[in-house]
Amino acid sequence: MKTIIDVKNLSIYYYTLAGIVRAVENVSFSIGEKEWVSFVGESGSGKSTVAYAILNLVPSPGKIVNGKVVFNGKNLLELDEEEMRQIRGKEISMVFQDPMTSLDPLRKVGDQIAEVLIEHGAEKEEAFERAKELLRMVNLPEDRINYYPHQLSGGQRQRVAIAMAMAFHPKLLIADEPTTALDVIVQDSIMDLIATLKSKGTSIFFVTHDISLAAERSDKIAVMYAGKLVEFGKVEQILDNPLHPYTKALLESVPDVWSERKVSAIPGYPPDLRNPPKGCRFHPRCTIFKIKKELHGICNELETELIEVEKDHFVACHLYRRR
Amino acid sequence: MKMSELLRVEHLKKYFPVKRSILEVLTKKEEKFVRAVDDISFSIERGETLALIGESGCGKTTTGRVILRLIEPTEGKIIFDGIDITKLGKEQLREIRKRMQMVFQDPYASLSPRMKIGDAIAHPLLIHGLADKEEAKELALQMLKRVGLTPEDEFYNRYPHHLSGGQRQRVVIARAMILKPDFVVADEAVSMIDVSMRASILELLESFREEYNLTMLFITHDIAVAKLIADRIAVMYLGKIVEIGPTDEVLNNPAHPYTLALIQAVPSIVKREKKKMIEITGEVPNAVNPPSGCRFHPRCPFADELCKTKEPELIEIGKNHFVACHHPVKD
Repeated sequence: MKTIIDVKNLSIYYYTLAGIVRAVENVSFSIGEKEWVSFVGESGSGKSTVAYAILNLVPSPGKIVNGKVVFNGKNLLELDEEEMRQIRGKEISMVFQDPMTSLDPLRKVGDQIAEVLIEHGAEKEEAFERAKELLRMVNLPEDRINYYPHQLSGGQRQRVAIAMAMAFHPKLLIADEPTTALDVIVQDSIMDLIATLKSKGTSIFFVTHDISLAAERSDKIAVMYAGKLVEFGKVEQILDNPLHPYTKALLESVPDVWSERKVSAIPGYPPDLRNPPKGCRFHPRCTIFKIKKELHGICNELETELIEVEKDHFVACHLYRRR
Repeated sequence: MKMSELLRVEHLKKYFPVKRSILEVLTKKEEKFVRAVDDISFSIERGETLALIGESGCGKTTTGRVILRLIEPTEGKIIFDGIDITKLGKEQLREIRKRMQMVFQDPYASLSPRMKIGDAIAHPLLIHGLADKEEAKELALQMLKRVGLTPEDEFYNRYPHHLSGGQRQRVVIARAMILKPDFVVADEAVSMIDVSMRASILELLESFREEYNLTMLFITHDIAVAKLIADRIAVMYLGKIVEIGPTDEVLNNPAHPYTLALIQAVPSIVKREKKKMIEITGEVPNAVNPPSGCRFHPRCPFADELCKTKEPELIEIGKNHFVACHHPVKD
């Protein structure tokens, strides 16, 4: 499969007054053509920060301290602002949790979509025709071009945001919790819409805190914990044969309508990333570490590394270290 | 009334007036209302948990607040332990309120940022005159330990901003439980906290339910959570209860097309392959001018003339399983 984006050894720190927050540490992965990869994890696990880093949009006081984001043979982190602008919205586009982040409340929806098209070289009339067409593609009536964002529901606004993101048939769509604020029926229809986009050739980088949402339409799942990528693999590998103790615990903690098992909470709390635990960042909460004496001195001392355990299935855990 | 019933709601309505401009008032434009809750009736047995589910704007939160009389009902009756509390005056209501508590959705907004969490938990005891300062502090310390915020004497002196979302929610629960209530309205009690923390908060609520034989109205948009905690589920749509019954019955044999649509939209790890049983269109209409007849008819694939004109009533289609639909789904 052709690789669309290749992220290598990405580390991102936030330089706050209270200390340096090591939000993302040494994360590597790649996304193939027409592939849907979902990043899951708790708040603060660094999944959104990775998403922003791809477009070199990490908000201050965050800084990308190390790593590469290779897209079309170019390291995006080395491009200047003008070159980056040519890529943002055109080759890689993004939708956010709150569509109002990307919509201007004072301007009509149609004007906003058309502006993106004109910015990248379309004629005015052509741009409005295309705006209507895009609205139809996201199942909105074309008269919505004359609406202001506040006249639309949350779901409709997210459709507009997706319409804008689709304008140039991007190679990659980054979606940061795009359905979190929405009701489940609307969420389902937005997920369908993203799946349509994928079927037209766009790869998807999807960020969610809800692993069951990632279960349904993704090809691969990446699990993040405390700034580290701890497991990465095909959906079946992650859900049916999870390897990392955190992935296992996460799967057991999620209520599911179609499961009769009891849920159990993950003991403890995620660490403070100004001062992350030594060794594996999950070890203070890891039940296996707790019961296996022979792991003491390993998990709480040595850094973990992401290794390929079976084809396409990666895990960063000392239990699976090569002997 | 049955002996075991703790709460009964009869024909409850809550209409909120829509703000009119001065011009509209002067020209005597007709006053409009949002019919947030529009004639609902149900009851909850002692020790039972009823989950009220539905999408935002369906009236589930308003229902919870009206029951506790945090907002006044427009019409209808609320009967708590045999007492009609709908018309109770302030003093009498205070007495009853000791027995009815609320766990709010947002642990950030429902705790005073300037009050130590220990004092926040002790506060209800002092307000209701159930303990003096020292006793209240002692009980609050015990409660902190009970909800897992230990070492409790250390946590007592912390402020909400020192705590994570999950820890704050524990404080909110501790504050509601310190009066040993009979009845609790939990409004989206786990929605704002991380998925991995939800299970522990649900476990905590469950443990109080066992200890106090608590009766609960559990308001949530999350059907998977409702399945875990509720004995029965009531589904609301645009101010109406469209289906109510035992949890497994409603989830496995949903009779209202709306319930079916809701359930099939829920993402699941176990059932990853999606089979669309029903295709519904559009979005929830405005509660100011709800559709005629069955309120779901404009979105329902099975709707016919009858649905447009006649409002369906809740009828029993299985043991304790009621649905308000002219053409209930059969499996």
